[in-house]
Amino acid sequence: MLISQKRYANVKVLTLSGRIDNGTSDSFKTGLGAHVAECRAGGDRLVLDFSGVDYISSVGLRALMLAARQSREQGGTILMAALQPVVHEIFHISRFDMVFDCFPTVREALAKISPSALAAYDARPPG
Amino acid sequence: MTAVRVKFWGTRGSLPVALDSASLKERLARALVAASGHDVSTLGKARAWLEREPGSRLGHTFGGDSPCVQLEAGDDEYVLCDLGTGARVFASRVVQRHGPAKTHVFHVFMSHLHWDHIMGFPFFAPAYLPGNRIVIYGCHRDLERAFRAQHAAPCFPVPFERLGARIEFVDLAPGRAHEIAGWSVTPRRQDHSGDSYGYRFSRGGRSVVYSTDSEYRLDDARDTEAITAFLRDADLVIFDAMYSLADAVSVKEDWGHSSNVVGVELCQLAKAKHLVLFHHEPANSDDKIASIWRETVRLEEITRNGVPLRVSAAYDGLEIEL
Repeated sequence: MLISQKRYANVKVLTLSGRIDNGTSDSFKTGLGAHVAECRAGGDRLVLDFSGVDYISSVGLRALMLAARQSREQGGTILMAALQPVVHEIFHISRFDMVFDCFPTVREALAKISPSALAAYDARPPG
Repeated sequence: MTAVRVKFWGTRGSLPVALDSASLKERLARALVAASGHDVSTLGKARAWLEREPGSRLGHTFGGDSPCVQLEAGDDEYVLCDLGTGARVFASRVVQRHGPAKTHVFHVFMSHLHWDHIMGFPFFAPAYLPGNRIVIYGCHRDLERAFRAQHAAPCFPVPFERLGARIEFVDLAPGRAHEIAGWSVTPRRQDHSGDSYGYRFSRGGRSVVYSTDSEYRLDDARDTEAITAFLRDADLVIFDAMYSLADAVSVKEDWGHSSNVVGVELCQLAKAKHLVLFHHEPANSDDKIASIWRETVRLEEITRNGVPLRVSAAYDGLEIEL
């Protein structure tokens, strides 16, 4: 489970790759935790780019729920983007699609929460 | 080798429910529309239509009795898990089949003492009939006290002392196997208010795990390993799937129940063969439970890694032969 990050204005896009399962959930929680701590009113918003994730287990979803709770308490926002079809189905079956706003692409998620982030995203060099 | 059969007499959690008139009318309306154009002019033809799709789906209900599950392996003595209101139906069938004069031995394994799991006992007919023997097993210290308290004023007009059967309470130690009624029975403590206990029943190379009223979080590796070992290679896992995962980890966290998602994950980890969703949320309609079952089948399909796991949703009257 790898997490890379890119900043677009006041939004951090975390790109996740691999499986989020019992074997990788601890590193996922730790990696995510550092960013969630900064996800607060007046601070960073987070978009989790799931395009590289092909499976998420209940432990991974639990970690997301804890992240959502913490960011909410801090006045922050976390959105999901680019869920692969299997992960999208897992979100639906587990009813996590009712907990998080999920967008088909990172761009659409950015458009929802930050015009400046969207502008920065659109202005990024290609590749 | 004698076949092992598991019969579900009550599958609803928290409290029993019933199909109401409005729901029944809606169901009948849908069935009448679906049957249009088919010959259902006699009771026989109508019954035959109800055995096939879509009649079999429209004519089905998950029922509403609270937990009671029977394990059958051709023995004379009966083996039950829990005494919810489903126990009343079970008992009435026994008396109908054999008559009130024939006496029996019943071995009952209690997951815990919350009301939905003991509320059928005051209506368990054999308890009133001399000559019957009822052995109630459990791991809670106040096992007997809970049954006596339920069967006393102001809760019930017939005091426990007036029951005609010989009723025994046996304390089981969790974590080790007990040889009872032809089965090797291993209780395991579970995460539920006041504790609950799952039971692994083994016999002749087959095993059934009854795990209801348990909140499985899977956030601790050692604990997950222990749970997986308890379910390892089980032929049948009867699993509390009362809530969605989202609810179970948020608004209903610490309520002591699990989800279909965790049921599939655990059974896949343990290489169990058949998962039965159990302890249905009382607010869920038949359509809702059916929908959850279909989603769980789909979840197993898209997350499968190896041998397929069969997935069923328990209903009152379901019989599964291993």
